[in-house]
Amino acid sequence: MKRLFVKGNEAVAMGAIEAGCRYYFGYPITPQSDIPEYIAREIPKVGGVFIQAESEIASINMLLGASASGARAMTSSSSPGISLKQEGISYMSGSELPGLIVNICRSGPGLGGIDASQADYFQSVKGGGHGGYRIIVLAPDSVQEMYDLTMLAFDLSDRYRVPALLLADAVIGQVKEALVPHPYVAPADLPSKEWAVAGKQGRSDQRIVKSLYLGDGELEAHNWRLHAKYEELKKHEVRFEAYQTEDADFVVTAFGSAARIAKSAVMMAREAGLKVGLLRPVTLFPFPEQALSELADRGIPMLCVELNTGQMVDDVRLAVKCRVDVAFYGRAPGAGSLPTPEEIFKQIQKNMAAKL
Amino acid sequence: MTTQYKQVFGRPESLKDVATHFCPGCHHGTIHRLCAEAMDALDIQQRTIGVASVGCSVFLYGYFDIDVVEAPHGRAPAVATGVKRVRKDDVVFTYQGDGDLAAIGTAEIIHAANRGEAITVIFVNNTTYGMTGGQMAPTTLPQQRTSTSPTGRDVANDGYPIRMAELLAGLEGVAYSTRVAVDSPQHIIAAGKAIHHAFDCQVKSGGFSFVEVLSTCPTNWGMDALKANARVASEMIPYFPLGVFKDAACAEEGA
Amino acid sequence: MMTNNKIEIDETYCKGCALCTIACPHGLIEMDVTLNSLGYIPAMITPANLAKCTACALCARTCPDTAITVFKSVSGSKTERS
Repeated sequence: MKRLFVKGNEAVAMGAIEAGCRYYFGYPITPQSDIPEYIAREIPKVGGVFIQAESEIASINMLLGASASGARAMTSSSSPGISLKQEGISYMSGSELPGLIVNICRSGPGLGGIDASQADYFQSVKGGGHGGYRIIVLAPDSVQEMYDLTMLAFDLSDRYRVPALLLADAVIGQVKEALVPHPYVAPADLPSKEWAVAGKQGRSDQRIVKSLYLGDGELEAHNWRLHAKYEELKKHEVRFEAYQTEDADFVVTAFGSAARIAKSAVMMAREAGLKVGLLRPVTLFPFPEQALSELADRGIPMLCVELNTGQMVDDVRLAVKCRVDVAFYGRAPGAGSLPTPEEIFKQIQKNMAAKL
Repeated sequence: MTTQYKQVFGRPESLKDVATHFCPGCHHGTIHRLCAEAMDALDIQQRTIGVASVGCSVFLYGYFDIDVVEAPHGRAPAVATGVKRVRKDDVVFTYQGDGDLAAIGTAEIIHAANRGEAITVIFVNNTTYGMTGGQMAPTTLPQQRTSTSPTGRDVANDGYPIRMAELLAGLEGVAYSTRVAVDSPQHIIAAGKAIHHAFDCQVKSGGFSFVEVLSTCPTNWGMDALKANARVASEMIPYFPLGVFKDAACAEEGA
Repeated sequence: MMTNNKIEIDETYCKGCALCTIACPHGLIEMDVTLNSLGYIPAMITPANLAKCTACALCARTCPDTAITVFKSVSGSKTERS
C-alpha cells in the first residue's frame, strides 16, 4: 500500500476530491489555506471548479447553490471565517442541504491568534447560527482521519441532508505524517438527489429548495421533522474511540488534537501502573452519550481535557448525569498554551489521588 | 353568426395561473410577467432555475412554473454562482430588490458581475424596503420620506441613492447592463425587450446580464396606484435615467 | 368604427389598481361600482366601449395581475395567420 507524507489539510483536500467533490468555494485564512491551495491546483485536473470567493459569506452561499443543484461541494475556513458562514449554514440546515464545511480552528475570540484551539466546540455542536438546528460534526485526530472522515462527512451529509462540519485545528491541519490513501467507495444505499433543482426538464412538479414556511403549522412540522433526523443521527451514527477503557478505573475524555496529547498521557499512566483509559469522541454531534453513560454505570470518574476553558466537558457531564465526578483540565488557546503529555499525566495523578 | 376569436394576449405559460400576493398597482406582477414572457419566447422554461431573494419577491416559486432556490438576504448572486457552475447548460437568474441587491448584497452582486458569471439579474428598484414596511433603501431618493427617514433622506447623513446599472456597467465582467421602467405601455414594451435580451445574452454568449427595473411601491409610498405610477416618471427617472449602459458581448451576437 | 374584438377582465385577479384605465389609448376601460370577491373595485368595460376596442393589448400589458386577456375577431377567415 502506497504511503504518503502529507499535511492534514492536504489530506482533507485529497479525501474530498477522491470522494467525488467537484466544487470548492472558499476564502484564504490561516491555518487552513493549504486546503484551497491544494484544491485550486488539483480539482481542475478532474474537471472540477474552484472559486476563490469575495468572502466567506459568498463561499457558503455558493456551496448552498451547488448543493441545491445536486453536486458534492465544500468550503473550508478557520474560526472567524466560520462565524461568517453561520448564516449560510443555518439556511442550508433549514433547506435540508448537504455539504461539507471544514473548520481548521484558530484561537479567539475576535482576531485572537492562529494557534491550535478547540474553542469552536459550542459553535459547532450547538447550532452556530440562528433558528435551532444541528449539524454533523466530525473531529479527526490524525492526518489519516482527516482523509477518512472527509469522505465519511460527505456520505453522512448526503444521507441525512444535514450539513457536515469537519472540526480540527492547526495541530492536525499542519502536521505532516503518513497517509495511506484509499479509493472512495460510495455506499450502495445512498439516496439519489431527486430534490435537486435541475430545470423542470418536462417534469410536472417544481423543485423548490427553501427554508421559508409561512403556512399555519408548516414551520413547526418542518422543525420537528429536522429534529427527528437529529434523533436518527444520534441512534445510528455515533463514532468514538475507546482506548484501554475495558479495565480502566479512570478515563480521560478529549477530542482531536487534545486527544492525541491525552493519549500519550494515558500511555504514561499505564506505564506507571495506573488503569487509565481514553474515550475520544470522533463524532461531536451526534455525541457518544451512551458510551460515556456506560462508563458512569461502572462508576469510573473522568477527566475532560480540552484546548479551551471548558466546553465539551458540559456534554460529558450531561451524559454521566452526576453519577461520577468529571474533572476538567483546559488550556485557553493562544501562543504557547498547548499542554504537554506530562502536564496531563499530572492531572490524571492528581484526580485519581483525590478519589482514593 | 358566431364571431371567431384569436387570443392575442394572455398569461405566459411560464407564469402560474394564480393570483399574486402583491399590493394593488405594485409593479412586481408586471416584471414577473415580462420575465415569464421572455422564458416562453426563448423556450427556456424547462431549463431555467430561479434564485429567489428576501423581500416581497421571495415567493418566486409561487408564481413562476420553474425550479427555484431560495437565497439568504443579498446572497442570491452567490447562490446563483453555485447553481450555474453545476448546471452550466441551464439558464439561471436572480430576482432581487434594492435592499437585497444594493445594500446587504453589494459584495455578492459586484463580484458575481465582475467574475462575469453567466447569470441574469433582475433588479427591482422601488426606492424602499417593501416587505419590512417602507424603510429607507440604498436607492431612496434625496428628501424622500420613509419610516426610517421620517423627515426625508438627508444625504449629509445617509449618503446618496446608488445607481447600480451604471456602477455595474463599469465592470469588465458585465455583458449587458440596462435600466428600464414599467410605468407606461411604451416603457413596458421596452422593458420586455430588455429582459428578453438579458436572458438571450446568457443563452447565446454566456455573459452576465443585468436589468434594473424602476418600480412602484404604492403601499409604502402612501400613494394610490395611479399616483405611485406617475412618480416613476416625475421623480425616479430624473435621478435614475433609463438606458443601456453596456451591451458588450451581446451586441457582437448581432442581437 | 365598430369592432368585434374582445377583452376579458378576470374579476378574481383584478385588484382595482386602475393602471389599465390610463393604458388604453381610447380610454375605454373604467372602474366598476361594486366590489369583487377580493374586496377591490375591479376594472370593467361596457359593451359600447368594447365595440371600439382595437385589441392593441396595451391594457393587458400594463396589468400587474395578468387579469386581462385580449382576443381579436377573426370572423369569416379560416386561414388567419398565426
